[in-house]
Amino acid sequence: MRKFIIRRLLQSIIILFFVAFIIYALMRCLPTSFIEAMARQKSMQPNSKSYEEWMQQLTAMYNMDGGILIGFIRWLGNVIRLDFGDSWRWTIPVTEKFKEVIGLSFIMGVISFFFELIIAIPLGIIAATKQYSKTDYAVSIIALAGISLPTFFFASLLKLVFSVKLGWFELGGVVSRDYPQLDAFGQFLDRANHLVLPIVTLVVISMGSLMRYTRTNMLEVLNADYIRTARAKGLSERKVIYHHAFRNTLIPIVTIVGGSLPGLFSGALITETLFSLPGIGFISYVSEVSGDIPFTMFYLVFLAVLTLLGNLIADILYAVVDPRVRIS
Amino acid sequence: MSKKNDALAIDNNYTPVTPDPQYILQVNALKKYFPIKGGVITKTVGYVKAVDGVTFNLKRGTTMGLVGESGCGKTTTGRAILRLSGEKTGGQVLFNGKEVYDLNAKEMHDIRTKMQIIFQDPFSSLSPRMPVGEIIGEAVREHGIVSKEEYNDYIDNVMDNCGLQPYHKDRYPHEFSGGQRQRICIARALALNPEFVVCDEPVSALDVSIQAQIINLLNDLQEKYKLTYLFISHDLSVVEHISDTVGVMYLGNLVEYGETDDIFKNPLHPYTKALFSAIPIPDPTIKMKRIVLEGSIPSPANPPAGCKFHTRCANCMEICKTQAPEQKEIEPGHYVVCHLYDDVKGVEKNEEE
Repeated sequence: MRKFIIRRLLQSIIILFFVAFIIYALMRCLPTSFIEAMARQKSMQPNSKSYEEWMQQLTAMYNMDGGILIGFIRWLGNVIRLDFGDSWRWTIPVTEKFKEVIGLSFIMGVISFFFELIIAIPLGIIAATKQYSKTDYAVSIIALAGISLPTFFFASLLKLVFSVKLGWFELGGVVSRDYPQLDAFGQFLDRANHLVLPIVTLVVISMGSLMRYTRTNMLEVLNADYIRTARAKGLSERKVIYHHAFRNTLIPIVTIVGGSLPGLFSGALITETLFSLPGIGFISYVSEVSGDIPFTMFYLVFLAVLTLLGNLIADILYAVVDPRVRIS
Repeated sequence: MSKKNDALAIDNNYTPVTPDPQYILQVNALKKYFPIKGGVITKTVGYVKAVDGVTFNLKRGTTMGLVGESGCGKTTTGRAILRLSGEKTGGQVLFNGKEVYDLNAKEMHDIRTKMQIIFQDPFSSLSPRMPVGEIIGEAVREHGIVSKEEYNDYIDNVMDNCGLQPYHKDRYPHEFSGGQRQRICIARALALNPEFVVCDEPVSALDVSIQAQIINLLNDLQEKYKLTYLFISHDLSVVEHISDTVGVMYLGNLVEYGETDDIFKNPLHPYTKALFSAIPIPDPTIKMKRIVLEGSIPSPANPPAGCKFHTRCANCMEICKTQAPEQKEIEPGHYVVCHLYDDVKGVEKNEEE
């Protein structure tokens, strides 16, 4: 097992190297260049140097005077020394900006993922055990609605009903205006209040597919011969479903859960924008659009690391839940 | 409209049998239909008549072979007897004189130990996530067959009887060969001390050398524990070897039923004759007189009227196309369902008159 993990880690490093290079090359090839935009802006000012002169100066300043390969090697050299550089757009170190915004997105991601799991998996199991019943149809309709509803529409609907009409939750933002005057508990409640609607949006939008996935896999397992064996043993229906069937359904679910790891950190662009939350989804979007190479490189490579890690964890969990793939 | 209703009508007329203590199992006019869903709002538009009135009795300690081609309802019959595929559609299943389908959940739970099943496919019928010891022992604990102190010895003993080693307990099913897996399935069924075991094609997934081992194991265990088997198979040589009585099924019906010797020496039903003519004889100098059936097996969703076999029968008469034949006892214990024997004086009639 240890050998397997080490081998996988080494493979991951090679993959990561190429992923980083591809991202870097793409960033350099983008038509939007942060440096060009800046040079144009500076050259427009009165009594300024010409655009060409500014370009030359800025390119040298931002270390972009080499080709793609040289630029990448420079970037890699710094990264190995754990120096991710300063963000061009935000003019502070990349890691600092990242730390500033990741917390909010991570909390939202973890909470919504948790609710997604505890709602979608049981509903999927219930729908499968009562196939073609009213419950099954109800669950399927909810799942389909969740998959089909556009985020912006559903979020706007929630805001209309729960913020504008009922006034239960805040429309957007992280804290209310009177936040500094509240005591510690009040501050916590205030923050929680602001997060309810974004999290509800994320859960409803994402749980549909997991629900369908659980249902499909559970149905497959319930029709398997060994479930009939379990029934022939005279076990109770509860034991058959939760002890025999669900354990075998876990195997495909683990892949999905492992694949969700980067999702916890990647933020949710549309939801964050709609609720005016400065999360990583929104910030990374702004950085990418403005051509901020250091920040985008850090963010995308970080997600690549998480994706590879998520796959590795899923593979290790496979061995835990499925004895057939256990490597001795 | 009336045609539609005909398709949905379920004929459930039968004369109930009285419990007879010499039989462990009495199956009377058992029917198991599977609904065909159709239309936009998924309503039942017809039935697949998988088992359409099967009647036989099984004496304690004997083996009954159930043969027939693929899709004739052998497996469904076996499962329906054990109440493993939902509710029956009609008829009776008396196990030790009690109607199986009338039992409540508690009684059903208890009777599961008395009747067990060995499934056809030893590869898919074992949960891949359970070690073998747990597969065999789970139900033993569930039903409290032995006390906690005796549990380990008991499992070892069961495994030993079925030709498995105690160290196999911690291994998973995928680490075993097909024959060993079938031994696990047998051990699993026998660990509950059953009286009656349905063997649903237990050897058809195995190669011939292993088949013989498993058949002999089943025979030994039958002697040791006084088991009753319902042996479902399409391998006629195996059935001839293991069975005391044989039932031949065609399209959900039992067409012939009797002692193995009677059936094999004197097959009466045209279908049985055709079936037995296909048994290979291991002697190249003998020319086989095979009776080749015309056409293919009709759909069980829409079986032919009259005798279901008339579309492929070499001896088809006018009456066969309209009227379904009755079960008739030709020799003592040898029943056939065919119009050819309408004029033959049956045993049953003599007794009644």
